[in-house]
Amino acid sequence: MHTISSVPTVFLHSSPAGLGSDDFCSGSAGRMLVSELFSAGVALRRCERKFHSDLSDAARPAIGTRLLIAGFFVFLMLAIPRALLAKDADCLSCHADKTMQDASGKNVGVDATLFHSSIHGSLACSDCHSSIHQYPHPDHPAAVQCATCHADEAKGLAGSVHAKAGANPCTSCHGNGHAIFAKEDVRSAVYPLNIPRTCGACHGDHLLAKKYGLQNVYSAYMDSIHGYAVSKEGLLVAANCMSCHGSHNILSRKDPRSPTNKENIATTCGSCHGGVKAEYMSGVHGKAVAGGNMKAPVCTDCHTAHAILQPTVASFRMQTTPICGSCHKEQMATYRDTFHSQLGMLGGYVETARCWDCHGAHEILPASDPRSAIASANLVKTCGKCHANANASFVQYQPHANPRNRRLNPALYFIQLFMNVLLWSVLGFFSLHTLLWFIRSKHDQRKKRATGEAKHD
Amino acid sequence: MTEPTEAAIVPATQPEARKEEKYYLRFTLPQRYLHAVLFTSFLGLAATGLPIRFSDNAGARLVARAVGGFGAILFFHKFCAIVLTLAFLYHVKDIVVRAVRHKEKGLFWGPTSMVANWKDVKDLVGHLRWFVGLGPRPQFDRYAYWEKFDYWAVFWGMVVIGFSGYAMWFAPFFARFLPGWALNAVLVVHGEEALLAILFIFSIHFVNTHLRPDSFPMDMVIFTGRETEEEFQKKRPLEYQRLVRQGKLEAKVADKPVYWWVNFARVVGFTAILFGLALLVLTLIAYFGTV
Repeated sequence: MHTISSVPTVFLHSSPAGLGSDDFCSGSAGRMLVSELFSAGVALRRCERKFHSDLSDAARPAIGTRLLIAGFFVFLMLAIPRALLAKDADCLSCHADKTMQDASGKNVGVDATLFHSSIHGSLACSDCHSSIHQYPHPDHPAAVQCATCHADEAKGLAGSVHAKAGANPCTSCHGNGHAIFAKEDVRSAVYPLNIPRTCGACHGDHLLAKKYGLQNVYSAYMDSIHGYAVSKEGLLVAANCMSCHGSHNILSRKDPRSPTNKENIATTCGSCHGGVKAEYMSGVHGKAVAGGNMKAPVCTDCHTAHAILQPTVASFRMQTTPICGSCHKEQMATYRDTFHSQLGMLGGYVETARCWDCHGAHEILPASDPRSAIASANLVKTCGKCHANANASFVQYQPHANPRNRRLNPALYFIQLFMNVLLWSVLGFFSLHTLLWFIRSKHDQRKKRATGEAKHD
Repeated sequence: MTEPTEAAIVPATQPEARKEEKYYLRFTLPQRYLHAVLFTSFLGLAATGLPIRFSDNAGARLVARAVGGFGAILFFHKFCAIVLTLAFLYHVKDIVVRAVRHKEKGLFWGPTSMVANWKDVKDLVGHLRWFVGLGPRPQFDRYAYWEKFDYWAVFWGMVVIGFSGYAMWFAPFFARFLPGWALNAVLVVHGEEALLAILFIFSIHFVNTHLRPDSFPMDMVIFTGRETEEEFQKKRPLEYQRLVRQGKLEAKVADKPVYWWVNFARVVGFTAILFGLALLVLTLIAYFGTV
């Protein structure tokens, strides 16, 4: 008898509370019992639906009832002819040859050991290949309908972006139909650490991406902080594709129901980053988005969707400043005039203040708000993060001063004007002076040479 | 920079031996050193300051990244700034010593002073008239008006750029006695004044002193300290005549500069001029590319 450790656990534990699976399915005897039922052609799903849901709807059954049910299973186990179980062996007498091919050259061999260890290992061949009842069977039996049992997933898939993904939508992600494992099993194609590779099989394929006009997000993700956490650290809690996009019912981000729709991004990212979400929602951007202003940035506008970087790294600090500037154009222009910007632009020196170093990253508040990092009472502390000796006079420095704006910065405006007048008057006068001198000297030189030559002749 | 000392290269008999070319000393060795330190540190400051001033310019970023990014650029900028500051302080100390201890006459006024006087105004007007053929060529004394302007432009520039630079370098300290808006102002002043200095030195000074037809391709006197009698008489007739009158001309006689020194100075000088002209072109491109 093959072992089917995970099967009942997975399926039965997913049933609602009420008659818990432990009550009659646990223990090796119970497992064997259930698996025998599978082998006899009673789909566990049906078992689960009929028995568990009925029982869970009712009040907790009396102990007598439970014994009666258990007795019924024991009876079935004993009563089912062993001949029925021989069916798998019949199939495997041919299909156990792993190199077996059908007329069209398709591999139809089955690794029996692997299959029996898989989540469907206790099902009989004909449970899925339901069109085959006897041998010889037709050359092209009907396709397996996973939806027979997995109706909810099939429904989700039908409404998703993958609805037209091809003939074998289930196995595209779950892998070889005879080797499907629970998503908690490291062998599963949908185990958290395997998900990026599974999705990347299509979404990391340049040709496919081109053909369907998809962004090639796989490499961006793999180089991101999430991708690194999954691939290098093996963090099961790190966001993989599914964490944000869902699984069967993946929707376009344009769909308002999608977790990747702009309106839902904060909630989606906040499902892990709860603290940051709370900060964000109390800041100006979070409030704007909550108030329906979809121009305000959400998490992905600053952090990007897939190529998310550790926010302290140089490239993040450099690439994110212009993102703020794409809306705050005036502030970006004045920031560019300052030392803070000039330093960073030249590379290798990104510690100088970026937008969020002063304004805050998530809980951004206007200067008029006393809690704001840029409220006048907090400036010494905020500037003091970098400038250790910052004092009240020092923080009068205007990080967005505009020497071109006479109304806002009159002193600076006139200083700049004076310097420009000085620069252009000095240069203008001496350019003319030196040009005339040059011409006169050249003229004299030519004349002298001419007379010199004349004398020489 | 290991030029033989004056004594070593001025054997008493030599000047008489060479009748065809007589040399006179115009700049002393410390003055020549000062100019050398000034132009090397100025080139360094310009080369490292321009990428910061035009940080939006792709070329500036390329240069900055090539030398190790902003950290390296600023390090070199500050290093050159300290060198130039020391040179400036040395010069000020020199003037004070000459004025106070040696009670040198003519330091602050008269024909050998750097201070501008009425004759400079007349010379400027006369020179301009001569350019366009309206009058004779003015006769100059020890320092011509454009040389005085060069001197004071650099002097003023060092004070302004130096002060604003140190105010940025030690901003929290300067904020103790400067108003907050001054911290904004010093960056504007530093950048604009430096731009003026760069554009002026690399175009006006280069042409006035080195590249104009009478001096082309380079006036070597600032490197050798010496010039021929013919040059002296032609360029500064008033000083020559005054020295003859006062009987002080012979005290200025110097030997002919040695070849290796002239050649070395040529290499250094031409490198500096070409480097400066390259910076001038890049500056103009960056300036008119962003305005």
